[in-house]
Amino acid sequence: MVLKLKIWRQEQGQKDGRFESYVLEELSSDMSFLEMLDQLNENLVKKKKVPVAFDHDCREGICGSCSLVINGNPHGPHTGSAVCQLHLRSFKDREEVWVEPFRAKAFPVIQDLIVDRSSLDRIIQSGGYISVNTGSAPEAHSIPVEKGKAEEAFSNAACIGCGACVAVCKNASASLFVSAKLSHLNLLPQGQAEKKSRALRMVGQMEKEGFGACTNTGACSRACPKEISLRSIARMNREYLKAYLSSD
Amino acid sequence: MKFSAGIPSGPLEEKWDRHRFELPLVNPANKRKHQVIVVGTGLAGASASSSLAELGYQVKTFCIQDSPRRAHSIAAQGGINAAKNYPGDGDSIKRLFYDTVKGGDFRSREANIYRLAQISNHIIDHCVAQGVPFAREYGGLLANRSFGGAQVSRTFYARGQTGQQLLLGAYSALMRQVDRGRVSLYPRHEMMDLVVCEGQAVGIVTRNLLTGEVEGHLAQAVILATGGYGNIFYLSTNAMHSNASAAWRCHKRGAFFANPCFTQIHPTCIPRSGNYQSKLTLLSESLRNDGRVWVPKNAGDKRAPESIPEGERDYYLERIYPSFGNLVPRDLASRQAKFQVDAGLGVGPTGEAVYLDFKDAIKRLGKGSLSEKYGNLFQMYEKITGENPYEKPMRIYPAVHYTMGGLWVDYNLESAVKGLFVLGEANFSDHGANRLGASALMQGLADGYFIVPYTVAKHLVGGAAIAESKKERALKETCKEVEDRLKKVIQVGGSKTVDFFHRELGGLLWNQVGMLRSEKGLIGAIDQIQGIRENFWNEVYVPGEAGNKNAELEKALRMADFLELAELMAKDALARKESCGSHFREEYQTPDQEAIRDDENFCHVSVWESKDSQGKDWILHKEPLEFKEVSLSVRSYK
Repeated sequence: MVLKLKIWRQEQGQKDGRFESYVLEELSSDMSFLEMLDQLNENLVKKKKVPVAFDHDCREGICGSCSLVINGNPHGPHTGSAVCQLHLRSFKDREEVWVEPFRAKAFPVIQDLIVDRSSLDRIIQSGGYISVNTGSAPEAHSIPVEKGKAEEAFSNAACIGCGACVAVCKNASASLFVSAKLSHLNLLPQGQAEKKSRALRMVGQMEKEGFGACTNTGACSRACPKEISLRSIARMNREYLKAYLSSD
Repeated sequence: MKFSAGIPSGPLEEKWDRHRFELPLVNPANKRKHQVIVVGTGLAGASASSSLAELGYQVKTFCIQDSPRRAHSIAAQGGINAAKNYPGDGDSIKRLFYDTVKGGDFRSREANIYRLAQISNHIIDHCVAQGVPFAREYGGLLANRSFGGAQVSRTFYARGQTGQQLLLGAYSALMRQVDRGRVSLYPRHEMMDLVVCEGQAVGIVTRNLLTGEVEGHLAQAVILATGGYGNIFYLSTNAMHSNASAAWRCHKRGAFFANPCFTQIHPTCIPRSGNYQSKLTLLSESLRNDGRVWVPKNAGDKRAPESIPEGERDYYLERIYPSFGNLVPRDLASRQAKFQVDAGLGVGPTGEAVYLDFKDAIKRLGKGSLSEKYGNLFQMYEKITGENPYEKPMRIYPAVHYTMGGLWVDYNLESAVKGLFVLGEANFSDHGANRLGASALMQGLADGYFIVPYTVAKHLVGGAAIAESKKERALKETCKEVEDRLKKVIQVGGSKTVDFFHRELGGLLWNQVGMLRSEKGLIGAIDQIQGIRENFWNEVYVPGEAGNKNAELEKALRMADFLELAELMAKDALARKESCGSHFREEYQTPDQEAIRDDENFCHVSVWESKDSQGKDWILHKEPLEFKEVSLSVRSYK
């Protein structure tokens, strides 16, 4: 099959970029989308041109490195998957495909399709943990966890930190990301001691990083490769309000 | 050169306790004066960084990804072993120890494995306290499942994402220390070399992957947790950026490389579909709990699997190994799959696959229960192949997955270079010639949370003092050498891409240093590897400059190191004239294709010392292995 690519190119250190056109022929429909980009890059290198920079690593939808918007959709046309799990069988022969980076004020573009997502690390740093030093833990079975709660905590902990929720949001809000971590930890008995300070600090850091506010459109949850529920944002708002009203 | 594993004396059960008592302590007020470098943020690196920082050391942590949370431990699926015996099925520290020694085919150290089994229970306690959402029973207690090579259920899991959940736990602990100012984090930094001064590791040289800047960092100890070298095969289940360079650079600076030929080929991966393929995807071995492996009885049977009647199917693992059945260790399951395919019994479009069938499990347990256990794996399979495993059996084939070999370390996890410690998959220590499923996560976390934070003190207190000016000079020289190497590879200015050479090397290793090895094949492979290396240095083309972001340059330098390591892997495989675990030499097998181990001549760790900066010459040392608790026996799963 043939694909007509329009790819965002932006040099390092430049504030702006532009779309460039590439046509790739004789592609296999079983190829993954990133393997198609590999082929494009190998062609470019052979012609002594600068290859397209993009973040990727595990290529099985778990590391959260990939950060592409394809035809306007973060991670491409399918729900519940990352762009590395997208195959060319999802495109039509001779289709025009627009590829651009995740865009948000808090995710500045570094080069081509690579963005800086260290703001997400700083949010975790502000409170996305349970304070327990190595060696001080009680016996694991001394903390039973209700199965339903454990499952709900897991579903939130499944977040891969890719930032698609931010990229798809018209306000570039990180509410789904923050609420997933907050839900994971605040649902568990182990997370209760720091419940309030965690909500206050993480939400505070999210605002400091320049992410926008949430208006509950639900676009984030639809774009999320791990299908994290919008309920998590409601839980975050509740936890934040409770913590805010009862703090000194 | 003389070296010793430094195994403490005394009964096996007491060695680690006694040793910990004998290790020096660092005064709390002095700990913050010690700077420790940790390279890598997978399970071993993140857990070591956070634990050292909690103790009060100043830690600098480096990773090549944009965030420490993305290290490749994240992709581990199946689970983590521990000897808790929660199911009450007869497990114990001793049994986990015994299974691991036997699973590794008697090519690992008893003392290290016993310590690992002892620590395993503390890991579960710690991870639960961190909020790792392990699977639970309705009563709220932790659930377990069984894994290959064991007859008890001792594997803790978080759906098919155990590695992700454990890593996020370690990452959160790491970020907590970043917040407290005890860890300085350097993402998108690649370690380019080790700085050695008067025989001690005193720092590292890194390259900032965004700006291209070459930077030096001095410290009192360097901890390497940079993973394995499976990517040398081009197609593997490793992440695209996993590489051997940090470990290989340490080897060239004096650290020994142990058992480089021990490579794990994982039996349950999605078969490759075409030449454009960039990597292979693993499906957790936990699938073998409920899936049955089979091929048609008749070669060339091209019928769809559902139209092949029961009587014409060969459930070969159940037939050959009746007591372990589909749950034999990975090396056996992989090799048997290859034997079936080589006999023309393979299935699917390429003929390089066997079936993994869930039909009976669906009948027995129902679709819902199966989806709860393996839902994400089935989904992953369907996304890649376009086939629904609830309706059609999966097609699977072995793929390179893990390397048991790695840098040689003593009982303290310290390498032959004093002050350089090596953790997790990057070291060689605990898995012998074959790693059991769900043991990699256990080892990475044991090394990082519970071993190195204590053993590093021995070097910090006992290491010889070196003048700062000497360290500075060594650092400057090493930086210069790194810059020269960067220039050299760009200056080749040939016409072939790095991937061209990588595919060539990978194919060669897969065929000659993969699941079956022979003297003739290995001798030929060494010759060919040298040829590819020469061609690489004459014909590779790297676009752009060293002074900014340059993904092709990163790949080229990693490739140059793979080309040296590949030769050592083949040499090690050639020198080990026996079959054991993952290492199967055609010359050493029984008439029914089982391995013949040679304990008289090869009951040792092969420890290679680099003698030549060009990576062409090595001296082979041998660390003898003693088995006092488990008697050496032929491994049988029949």
